[in-house]
Amino acid sequence: MTSQVDSGGRAKFLIGGLLIVAAVVYLIVSSTQAAAQYYLTIDEMRSKGDQVYDRPLKLAGAVDGPSIAYDSQTLTLSFSMANVPADLDAIEAGGGLAKVLHDSLLDPQASRLQVIYIGPKPDLIRHEAQAIVTGQLGQDGVFRADELLLKCPTRYEEEVPLQVVEG
Amino acid sequence: MIEEIGYSALVLAFGMALYGAGAAAFGAKRERPELVESARRAMLLSWPLISVAALAIIALLVSGRYDVEYVAKVTSSTMPPYLKVTALWGGQEGSLVFWSWLMAAFASAAGLRRWDRDRDLLPWVIVVTMITLAFFLSLVIFVENPFRRLWLDPVGNTVTAFLRPAGARPLIPADGQGLNPLLRHPGMIIHPPMLYLGFVSFVIPYAFAIAALVARRTDDRWIRVTRRWTLVAWLFLSLGLLLGGRWAYDVLGWGGYWGWDPVEIAAFMPFLSGTAFLHSVMVQEKKGMLKHWNVLLIILTYVLVIFGTFLTRSGVLSSVHAFAQSAIGPMFFAFIGITSIVSVRLLLDRWGTLRGENQLNSLISRESLFLLNNFLFIIILAVCFLGVIFPLVSELFTGQTVTVGPEWYERITGPLFAGLLLLMGVAPLSAYGSSSWRLLGRQLWVPGSVSLLVPAGLLLAGVGNWAAVLGFWLAGLVALVTLYEFWRGALARHRRHGESMPVALVRLAGRNRRRYGGYIIHLGVVLMATGIIGIELFQTETQGTLARGEQLNLGSHVLVFQGLTQFNTPDGREVSRAELSVYKDGRLVGQLFPRQDFYIAANQPMTIPGVRSTLEEDLYVLLVGWEPIAQQGATFKVFHNPLVNFVWLGGFVFILGTLVAAWPDRETAPLRRSVQAAAWVSGD
Repeated sequence: MTSQVDSGGRAKFLIGGLLIVAAVVYLIVSSTQAAAQYYLTIDEMRSKGDQVYDRPLKLAGAVDGPSIAYDSQTLTLSFSMANVPADLDAIEAGGGLAKVLHDSLLDPQASRLQVIYIGPKPDLIRHEAQAIVTGQLGQDGVFRADELLLKCPTRYEEEVPLQVVEG
Repeated sequence: MIEEIGYSALVLAFGMALYGAGAAAFGAKRERPELVESARRAMLLSWPLISVAALAIIALLVSGRYDVEYVAKVTSSTMPPYLKVTALWGGQEGSLVFWSWLMAAFASAAGLRRWDRDRDLLPWVIVVTMITLAFFLSLVIFVENPFRRLWLDPVGNTVTAFLRPAGARPLIPADGQGLNPLLRHPGMIIHPPMLYLGFVSFVIPYAFAIAALVARRTDDRWIRVTRRWTLVAWLFLSLGLLLGGRWAYDVLGWGGYWGWDPVEIAAFMPFLSGTAFLHSVMVQEKKGMLKHWNVLLIILTYVLVIFGTFLTRSGVLSSVHAFAQSAIGPMFFAFIGITSIVSVRLLLDRWGTLRGENQLNSLISRESLFLLNNFLFIIILAVCFLGVIFPLVSELFTGQTVTVGPEWYERITGPLFAGLLLLMGVAPLSAYGSSSWRLLGRQLWVPGSVSLLVPAGLLLAGVGNWAAVLGFWLAGLVALVTLYEFWRGALARHRRHGESMPVALVRLAGRNRRRYGGYIIHLGVVLMATGIIGIELFQTETQGTLARGEQLNLGSHVLVFQGLTQFNTPDGREVSRAELSVYKDGRLVGQLFPRQDFYIAANQPMTIPGVRSTLEEDLYVLLVGWEPIAQQGATFKVFHNPLVNFVWLGGFVFILGTLVAAWPDRETAPLRRSVQAAAWVSGD
């Protein structure tokens, strides 16, 4: 059944395929230049000096509960967050995400960042939540977030009222 | 007691799975059919055993046995009973049991079919499904045991263990932690089972493909046997994705439905490869081509299913970071690695026997266009995968972690999706074999020229967004071509058999369900594309703080704040509810009640939008803040989402089309009866 390979036919397909691949590669490169963000910890951002201002950045930190302020007139949310390591092994070594978030807020040495976000106050914002913000650091040192993602690791041992029974 | 029964059932099922896989492989190698039959029975036993375990978990959940870690983690006393039952898949351990339960059910259903034509495939189908099952059961038995209990050791530390540690006392929390209120939504409750059904269902075609390779069958039998399984898998996966989107739209309060989150993408990737597979198997059935490619696609889909389960198993809201903390991560990666290496090795080994029976010779023949469709789906898949691993790759090569977000995905996949729409408009009119541009042009020129009315109308109406004009034009083209196909087929029947047009239309679809079911799916995609273009390119928003009687304008809508009420509910919520009157073009069209529920026990607010839905648009209003004492002022965020309901409508049509395509044909009905008879005999 196999007919002979038509080399002209095969070339057509190859050229067509390569054209599509080239177009996609171009799309990926141009989109990466336009839309990718550096993902940094607060410490890493501080160590970079001036080059971080007004560039798209993504930062993770631990939300400091008492600092959360919301002005519902202007929909302006502001809070400060403390540095947490981004490295998974470091988080693991620190006893898990919930513990790391808790500890970093207790640590007076941990670097902090003031964040402003304009929009509805997210349901999940609370003390010791992990915030992942995307936006830009202004010259005034305040981070203006366009996007705010929150994660609340659960520590049910401390949240659940315990009752011990003899068994 | 219940814990021990449940756990023993899991261990027994694990034993059955291991025995089934071993006996089937050994029986096939030594040509001992009685061993294969014994393996088949072991496989059939696995399902009732896992059912016992699942029922045990449900019994613990419903009776509020908070000394069991899993129960304390996913339920609380304020949850209604149905939510306690569905908490079976509310956490990681239960999800894995639920996955295994579905896997055993599907494997058993495959085991009960009539095998006489495919005796040589049976043992290897058992091997593949039972190894997969054994893997998931090993996770719950050895690592994520749902029956672990809470203990207090002599020093006063909380310990979780299945068996009582020496000197420890049982620890019984007064109440559980409960399901996150954000997840208490009907869409979110049936979303995971739908995804899992889709995932598990894809294991069956993979098992048949591997069986065909091992048994050196080079025909397309495995594809024909599993066609319906594939469609069912695809149906549930689509439903799961749609429900997830609807949940996000209703609950997450950003007026969107898809955020390109890694967890979403993990569920989307097997859908992409599965869609490519559904299209390319038609070429193998029709022309005996693309045999290697089809096996490769189903292997890829299987691997993505396992990967997707791994990423999604603990619910949509878990972070990527949480995964690495569980010991099952390395186990998953080891399993994925081993199965892909073994599968691909097997395919390479049989490469020579799977040669195509035909050659591609025209760029615009139906088979070439199918190939192009596959190419685009796989590129989209690769882009999604690249996006998910981008932080890792960038760190490896530049030392900097770089992440990508929705904008990145949309810029790259947008043109690719447009290309797929174009193909959807052209391919149904192309012919198999040698097609020519002239032939295709003759088919295409009528619907093609009529479709130009769409962009012309849009430009006249002043729509200046070229991406929208192009998108709507492509959607119009697909709709016209598809409807043209229906009309042409029905007309032919009408002329030949003298049937009235409606009768002819129904019979046409009934006689060739796969083709016309596929066309209905295409129409669903057109509707969804319309909705997506609408909300992505024309969404507008505003916000403002209003005193009672004040108004907020957005486009042709005016919202007037009427007041705010606050009350407590018996299930532990503090509700703040605003009332707004909605005017459109100056006419009162209704009231909206956006509210915020504060779950006291969980210390968690939940914002519930007030939505005015019409086919044309959604007005989506969020209550953002209010003055608690005076109850005079309140702040709102308002989204205007044009055409968004076409997404859901299209999803409905899409599912309908899949049902039409998957519906059993009349010819196979007697076969089904005999399968039942065979099942009855074998169960006797």
